[in-house]
Amino acid sequence: MSMIEFKNISKWYGSFQVLKDCSTHIDKGEVVVVCGPSGSGKSTLIKCVNGLEPFQQGELIVNGQSVGDKTTNLPQLRAKIGMVFQHFELFPHMNVTANLNLAQVKVLGRSVDEATAKSQMLLNRVGMIDHAHKFPGQLSGGQQQRIAIARGLAMDPVAMLFDEPTSALDPEMINEVLDVMVELAQEGMTMMCVTHEMGFARKVAHRVIFMDKGEIVEDAPKADFFGTPRSERAQQFLSKILHH
Amino acid sequence: MDFSFLSQPAFSGGGTYLDWVISGIKWTLLVSILAWIIAFTIGSVLGVLRTTRVAWLRTPATAYVELFRNVPLLVQMFIWYFVVPEILPKALGTWMKQGMPMPEFWSAVLALGFYTASRVAEQVRSGIQSIPAGQTQAALATGLTMPQVYRHLLLPMGYRIVIPPLTSEFLTIFKNSSVALTIGVLEMTAQARTISEYTFRTFEIFSLATVVYVLITLAVTVLMEFVERHVRVPGYIGTGK
Ligand SMILES: Nc1ncnc2c1ncn2[C@@H]1O[C@H](COP(=O)(O)OP(=O)(O)OP(=O)(O)O)[C@@H](O)[C@H]1O
Ligand SMILES: [Mg+2]
Repeated sequence: MSMIEFKNISKWYGSFQVLKDCSTHIDKGEVVVVCGPSGSGKSTLIKCVNGLEPFQQGELIVNGQSVGDKTTNLPQLRAKIGMVFQHFELFPHMNVTANLNLAQVKVLGRSVDEATAKSQMLLNRVGMIDHAHKFPGQLSGGQQQRIAIARGLAMDPVAMLFDEPTSALDPEMINEVLDVMVELAQEGMTMMCVTHEMGFARKVAHRVIFMDKGEIVEDAPKADFFGTPRSERAQQFLSKILHH
Repeated sequence: MDFSFLSQPAFSGGGTYLDWVISGIKWTLLVSILAWIIAFTIGSVLGVLRTTRVAWLRTPATAYVELFRNVPLLVQMFIWYFVVPEILPKALGTWMKQGMPMPEFWSAVLALGFYTASRVAEQVRSGIQSIPAGQTQAALATGLTMPQVYRHLLLPMGYRIVIPPLTSEFLTIFKNSSVALTIGVLEMTAQARTISEYTFRTFEIFSLATVVYVLITLAVTVLMEFVERHVRVPGYIGTGK
């Protein structure tokens, strides 16, 4: 069963087409990595999933609901889809626990005690329980990103979206974040990850999607993608990111 | 400098000239603080409206700001005092002129409040707009609605960012309150002028007025620094200090 299904999605900024007839799907429990050159539309594609970016053509079904449909309750849909951003985007004026509690209380209607218990459980899991009362500005990038992942998980999501979660991090912090993501993947979380971490892709991805100029150029099982990518563009891209 | 005239019986009213000074301070504070309450409330609402994507909310707010920010305060003071009672429905206009207590005082409060609201609106707008779009996206992505994003993220952060320029607006309102003397409010500057006419102690009384304004603005600065310290976000760089 598809958790996320893109059917011929096209999007324009004015006359510039950022997404060109994109079709793909992410099944329940599947981990899909999206890669491609800068400006190819990866962020735009992933933000369509929870309606952060509207699109003009096609249909996008997420957890059985049509995202583009005017009658879809977007906040309700988003609450079930966790999202992690390149720049963490924790709320700077709230401490770590408050960051995790906010949507649990305001969106899911959990009591503060319930939410705090859940937050502590997740902070423990991402190795951040000792920092529960710190503010984002007092933490390293890797720590902030692990908290951002915990914030997404706190909503008991049916899928998680990652938009280049490690590309703003210093190299020595990348692994602490990837480790959390690998663990999540191994537990069977449905994940759509924009990332250039091919080690992560090799380890846990089921499929790899390669985008270029708004198009899905490759959409192949991991073994095929790393074995014999069909397009020249994907080959060039792979050799570039693997050899530097 | 000789300040002994302050204890002399004033020309009218039964008290001393010092009583006139105290009364002047009282009206300066009253006009300024009431005007600030109006300015902060209306300015905040307008500032928020200017950041929404809903055109029919944004456009009137923009029109307000452009109108009130670009007409001189003195002109606005005259309009509230002389013109507004004439263009309101007759009964209400007559009441403003005859029934309403202290018409010059309330006209001054409204004029200064609505004028400063346009400036506060601009500060609040710029504070909200300086928050990176990714923050709003992250908040929406957790399932919060747009009003909730304003309530829990954009307003708390936006206000923190604009405490320094808002402090400066708050200081300006005390200085601008002296314009109220043109419609007959006997605030500090008006009292200083009158006292200098009766006693010829011009140098002394305007020195005293200067000290009064400096003390008021110092008090405001200390208050706002206290507020800023109180809401400071640990580890956050970007609010200045
Ligand atoms: N608001 C916008 N208005 C106009 N063009 C935009 C806007 N946002 C993005 N674009 C353009 O759309 C294209 C795709 O952007 P997108 O951010 O999806 O790329 P990306 O693949 O995520 O790139 P990166 O690896 O740099 O993050 C780019 O050419 C970008 O310049
Ligand atoms: Mg991107």
